[in-house]
Amino acid sequence: MPLLDVENLTVTLATSSGSAQAVRNLSFSLDEGEIIGIAGESGSGKTMTALSLMRLLPHKGFATGSIKFSGKDLLAQTNRAYRDIRGNQIAMIFQDPMTSLHPMIKIETQLTEHIRHHKKISQESAHLKALELLDTVKIPDPASALEAMPKQFSGGMRQRIAIAIALACDPKLLIADEPTTALDVTVQAGILRLLDQLRREKNLAVMVITHDLGVLSSLTDRIMIMYAGSEVESGLTSDLLKNPRHPYTKGLISALPTSSISGKKLLTIEGMPPELGQIPSGCAFHPRCAYAKTSCESQIPTSISISTKHRIFCPVNPLVSS
Amino acid sequence: MNELLKISNLSVEYHRNGRKLRAVAGVDLTLAPGEILGLVGESGCGKSSLGKAIVGIEKPAEGEIRFNGNLVKPLDRRGRPTELRNLQMIFQDPYGSINPRRKIGDQIADGLIVAGKPKNEALKISAELLEKVGLGASALDRYAHQFSGGQRQRIAIARALAASPTAIVADEPISALDTSSQAQVSNLLVSLVQEFGMGVIFISHDLSVVRKISDRIAVMYLGKIVEIGTTEQIWNQPSHPYTRALISAIPKADGNSNMPLDLPGDVPNPAFPPAGCRFHPRCPLVQVGCESSVPEIRTLKDGRGVACVLQTSNEIVVPLETIKGR
Ligand SMILES: Nc1ncnc2c1ncn2[C@@H]1O[C@H](COP(=O)(O)OP(=O)(O)OP(=O)(O)O)[C@@H](O)[C@H]1O
Ligand SMILES: Nc1ncnc2c1ncn2[C@@H]1O[C@H](COP(=O)(O)OP(=O)(O)OP(=O)(O)O)[C@@H](O)[C@H]1O
Ligand code: SF4
Ligand SMILES: [Mg+2]
Ligand SMILES: [Mg+2]
Repeated sequence: MPLLDVENLTVTLATSSGSAQAVRNLSFSLDEGEIIGIAGESGSGKTMTALSLMRLLPHKGFATGSIKFSGKDLLAQTNRAYRDIRGNQIAMIFQDPMTSLHPMIKIETQLTEHIRHHKKISQESAHLKALELLDTVKIPDPASALEAMPKQFSGGMRQRIAIAIALACDPKLLIADEPTTALDVTVQAGILRLLDQLRREKNLAVMVITHDLGVLSSLTDRIMIMYAGSEVESGLTSDLLKNPRHPYTKGLISALPTSSISGKKLLTIEGMPPELGQIPSGCAFHPRCAYAKTSCESQIPTSISISTKHRIFCPVNPLVSS
Repeated sequence: MNELLKISNLSVEYHRNGRKLRAVAGVDLTLAPGEILGLVGESGCGKSSLGKAIVGIEKPAEGEIRFNGNLVKPLDRRGRPTELRNLQMIFQDPYGSINPRRKIGDQIADGLIVAGKPKNEALKISAELLEKVGLGASALDRYAHQFSGGQRQRIAIARALAASPTAIVADEPISALDTSSQAQVSNLLVSLVQEFGMGVIFISHDLSVVRKISDRIAVMYLGKIVEIGTTEQIWNQPSHPYTRALISAIPKADGNSNMPLDLPGDVPNPAFPPAGCRFHPRCPLVQVGCESSVPEIRTLKDGRGVACVLQTSNEIVVPLETIKGR
């Protein structure tokens, strides 16, 4: 049984022109100790997917489908039962670490309160646990770091502290939404190594959302690419990056500065992403797709299997692997 | 001389708990029309502080900035003086820089209305700008909270471009975007540079995009520029040990699961910068004397500037492999 099993997840949000689906019929799963990466167009529903696992969708937003975590359907839990799962078994970190940190409260207080909120242990044990956590995330001199305020740390250090808080209750799943986007590459390398180590040592499952294909390549086992709220392709990291088979994935990879033509211009995917509530019929990508056939305008793509764990949602399947 | 921006001996200081923090510690830079200067460096090294001082939002503690020869004075409540109107900034934080209670269209149109355009024309141009950055015209009537991170970033870009800048400080304009949208936005900046001679200071953690579009690259560490040169020089033969560490930490998107190299050691606190070379506690090539004497930026034979005692001539003394093999 996978740790996380999402089936037909659909997220509906309220917009100024009525309700609209930000995530449509998404299905994926994740095993213990596995790292999955989610990438895709900006606005394609990656954050909403993560927030529905946390049950933190925006006001008037709701999720349908099923999200099974260790066999339990999260969407069916009462709020009270869910509170036990969130932060305890599933934790999340954000692009801006200050989302998880209070600027004016000592690190020690933030860590120990979080621990004691979820675990009935003494202040003394919570203090020891806090020291251990800061050590795990490689904060130098944990004892004095506990005495400090978040604003006394650099962005990379704050992200490490946010990870420490997320790890406080030994979650089984960590959701990281653009965790290194605001950091420089050397600090990013440290965070990536830390996440990889946590997965190896604690069997932590990680769902990392990033647009950085380099981050996906170094950290993840599998990748899922989203467009307009749906999966377009997923597969093992090396299969997907070396042999992208969906036209959209191919476009994303071709837009990398390293794969582009000479000169200063980069390759882009022609056209604009669809707006929420105005998703094109058939394959949502068809207006921008160089390989689209007439049938793509009406036929909603179903998954076709390329190889073990590698599938695309494109019946045309125009890119034969090299 | 043909300089759009000339920054001399610029320092920016903040005061925190009665302590002085020098976020920018004596920076000299120039920007020519039609030039893209990439500005890179560690998180917290002072890139945004430098950028804000350049456009007059942060008051310099020392030094000066000239835009087309005019002194850039810190902005006051009266807003941007006419001679500085074409000097703009795209802010790093698209959450903080967009007003949550005003429609997006009105916020973009502001810059055009200030420049004398009637409201309906300003809104029309705003719609075109939104389209150029990859958002539909329907964004005009929406509010900031209804957009994803990357969508807000594009709104911030459209707003800065509305003022028809001739020089722009673009602070992480593409950090939250997927690769195709990144390409679209950087192509847009490049065409404004190539067609209208706009000058750009491009601050980014995405070093491969910096490499692709910049003419020159400046590398900052803890408030100072440690290396500056043409993109080719910095990329193919990085000289400063910190520049080398940065370049070897870029993760490759090749599907080969290689972890990028990490730079060991603690990121120093800018309130207490290390003595001597500020990089010395983390430098894999540290020499005797680095902990006490401050290396000045020196121009090598190939024209680049480097602040490191190891570099005394055009020869790059230490081969790259010394760092790669760590
Ligand atoms: N509070 C909200 N109300 C209405 N629509 C919203 C709200 N928040 C986000 N949206 C819309 O929902 C869609 C999905 O947003 P989401 O934040 O999941 O995108 P994303 O894939 O995470 O994008 P990015 O890479 O830019 O962060 C977008 O079209 C966005 O405009
Ligand atoms: N308003 C402020 N008050 C006090 N300190 C500040 C302020 N703004 C920035 N700092 C500090 O000044 C230093 C430089 O910050 P700055 O934002 O310029 O760095 P940066 O290079 O842009 O970093 P990043 O890559 O993370 O954006 C940091 O130590 C930061 O904490
Ligand atoms: S289904 Fe059609 S439009 Fe969609 S990606 Fe495949 S070829 Fe392109
Ligand atoms: Mg997002
Ligand atoms: Mg910054």
